[in-house]
Amino acid sequence: MSDIAIRVEKIGKLYHIGERENYKTLRDIITNTIYAPFRWFNNISPSKSRNLQSEDIIWALKDVSFEVKHGEVIGIIGRNGAGKSTLLKILSRITEPTEGYIKIHGRVGSLLEVGTGFHPELTGRENLYLNGAILGMKRSEIAKNFDEIVAFAEVEKFIDTPVKHYSSGMYMRLAFAVAAHMEIEILVVDEVLAVGDIVFQKKCLGKMEDVAKKGRTVLFVSHNMAAVKKLCTKGILLEYGSIVKNGSTEDVVNSYLDNNIPVQEFKPIRIDALGLEIQKITLNKDAEGVVLPFKPLSITLDIFAGNDVTGIGLQVMITKDTIDGILFSSNTKQTKDIDVCLRKGMNKITCLISNFNLCSGKYMLGFAIDCPNVCWHYYNYNVLSFDAQETMNGLWMTLPNYSHFYLDHRWIITN
Amino acid sequence: MNSNSQDINVEGDRIGEQEKGIVTLIHPSRGWISLKLSELWEYRELLYFLTWRDIKVRYKQTAIGVAWAIIQPFFAMVIFSIFFGQLAKIPSDGIPYPIFAYCALLPWQLFSHALNESSNSLVANQGLITKVYFPRLIIPVAPVLAGLVDFGIAFLVLIGMMLYYGIMPTFAVFTIPLFLILAVATALSVGLWLSALNVEYRDVRYTIPFLTQFWLFATPVAYPSSLVPESWRALYGLNPMAGVVEGFRWALLGKAEGPGTLLVVSVMVVIILFIGGLYYFRRMEKTFADVV
Repeated sequence: MSDIAIRVEKIGKLYHIGERENYKTLRDIITNTIYAPFRWFNNISPSKSRNLQSEDIIWALKDVSFEVKHGEVIGIIGRNGAGKSTLLKILSRITEPTEGYIKIHGRVGSLLEVGTGFHPELTGRENLYLNGAILGMKRSEIAKNFDEIVAFAEVEKFIDTPVKHYSSGMYMRLAFAVAAHMEIEILVVDEVLAVGDIVFQKKCLGKMEDVAKKGRTVLFVSHNMAAVKKLCTKGILLEYGSIVKNGSTEDVVNSYLDNNIPVQEFKPIRIDALGLEIQKITLNKDAEGVVLPFKPLSITLDIFAGNDVTGIGLQVMITKDTIDGILFSSNTKQTKDIDVCLRKGMNKITCLISNFNLCSGKYMLGFAIDCPNVCWHYYNYNVLSFDAQETMNGLWMTLPNYSHFYLDHRWIITN
Repeated sequence: MNSNSQDINVEGDRIGEQEKGIVTLIHPSRGWISLKLSELWEYRELLYFLTWRDIKVRYKQTAIGVAWAIIQPFFAMVIFSIFFGQLAKIPSDGIPYPIFAYCALLPWQLFSHALNESSNSLVANQGLITKVYFPRLIIPVAPVLAGLVDFGIAFLVLIGMMLYYGIMPTFAVFTIPLFLILAVATALSVGLWLSALNVEYRDVRYTIPFLTQFWLFATPVAYPSSLVPESWRALYGLNPMAGVVEGFRWALLGKAEGPGTLLVVSVMVVIILFIGGLYYFRRMEKTFADVV
């Protein structure tokens, strides 16, 4: 008898670069086959062919080994591209490892996305059963927990309405509720909590805590250090596909924050479903490249549209690593009820914050696109990071953990 | 709480029930892999729900809803009767041309629809494939099963037409399920190959309309297979849909002559295609999530 829930032994995952981005077409194969003899001839000098090989492949994970005991809640952290999601995908058997093996004791449920398989035309009730089946629950299991799930999601009144009429909050709550009620020993969770409003996040975190307290084993990937600290008993820090630290949550989080203040450079975002490309996001920084508190902050999105796009919501968010939750979030549709029409070609869209009254520090800018009440096309709370630094507004703003905001106020003293 | 019925082994290596119940071993698979049909059985509820989803969603937000299931074969029959039956005077083995055509259009539409949906299914469900594990085979199977509902509805019209033309089926009518299975198996076996290919080569999507059109003319839907010279008939059976269509006519319309050798060849072809498709699908399966 062992108390080991998961044993990961020298797991490696190899990707061929470009495999994901470029679909192969038969034409490519045919031309490749025709040219293959010539290439083989060219590559007869061995050094050359070896070079080619190492450039074309990337180890998303390499030599990753760890053990998880039953009842442990493990936080897996690391920068984007460190291999966290690949690890979760292997653990949930979505993709196969290239080498190594994993031994899992117990039933695994994975939640890599909220609402996988939800169909907008189906009602809440129908989606609940469908989604449950997709997650590997038995019909009887769902029926047994049905009332509890619906109550958790707070959608009792709308359970027989197609989910396309749901608000995004209701949609998220229902989707999370199904997954949270899986009766399994081991739960693998990706950054699902980053989606949705703060109330929803709190609720999910609470549920996750319950799950953890019931002695379930949880593997939890997050960029939200506050959540990791709160939930997890142990942490694993990944960097470039390898484990660099494995120990107490406190240690791991601190070493991540110390060494890895995530400087996120903006990379163009392509949203194929809408035919959009976010080519640039610019902030009005000063000459030293920092954002000044107490000044207006403009966030400008340069979006290239392949054709006219309507019925979407654009969202920007501001978060900070050390603070739980989203500090600021605005969605064109849901916050301001603006119907954004992107015209074919270049579009410039600016969110102007009249007074950026957050204290100095390192912030992350997030960006999301949704079809309101239907789905998220893109959601990333960290598309670029920026520094905010005041130059003349007094000492208190720089004190850590003292105050996050400055709210406009004054003192009135009457003697 | 441990539902032991859920055998979730990647390679079918059941390590043994330990204290915690199920043990899963995840490791790279090599060489030829087992079909793991038992796992498919474990996930039958998911197959049921996905089929049910396809049925429910198909005619949502259409004005006439499920009537589409009748309209498509019905109008095809009308067009065929006018152009092939009346104008081109194509023989119909002594059966009134409209019912001759409709009886063939039913399995044909089931087949072409199932083939189309099934081939595109993996790409259409990439959200599921990249986020959840389950036997991938369920995905191309579900739309094929869902197509049976349309078939059932359109079949009612056939019964009406048989009454109208006063055609009494013989005992051969009881063989209909067999021909139905053959049609479904044909669609599925081609669907397995094409859906897996489509994941890697999106060219497949564009070849499907072309393929089904081509296939329609190679199948005795608008004409009887008796037009094909006797000596070539067995070779004609290499198109399994020829066997299906002739089987339908024989079973329902009481054509004197059964499909015979043609059918035998068709069945053999489907068995080979189907088993080959299953293995090809299984082999490609592990890369779906990375490539799709």
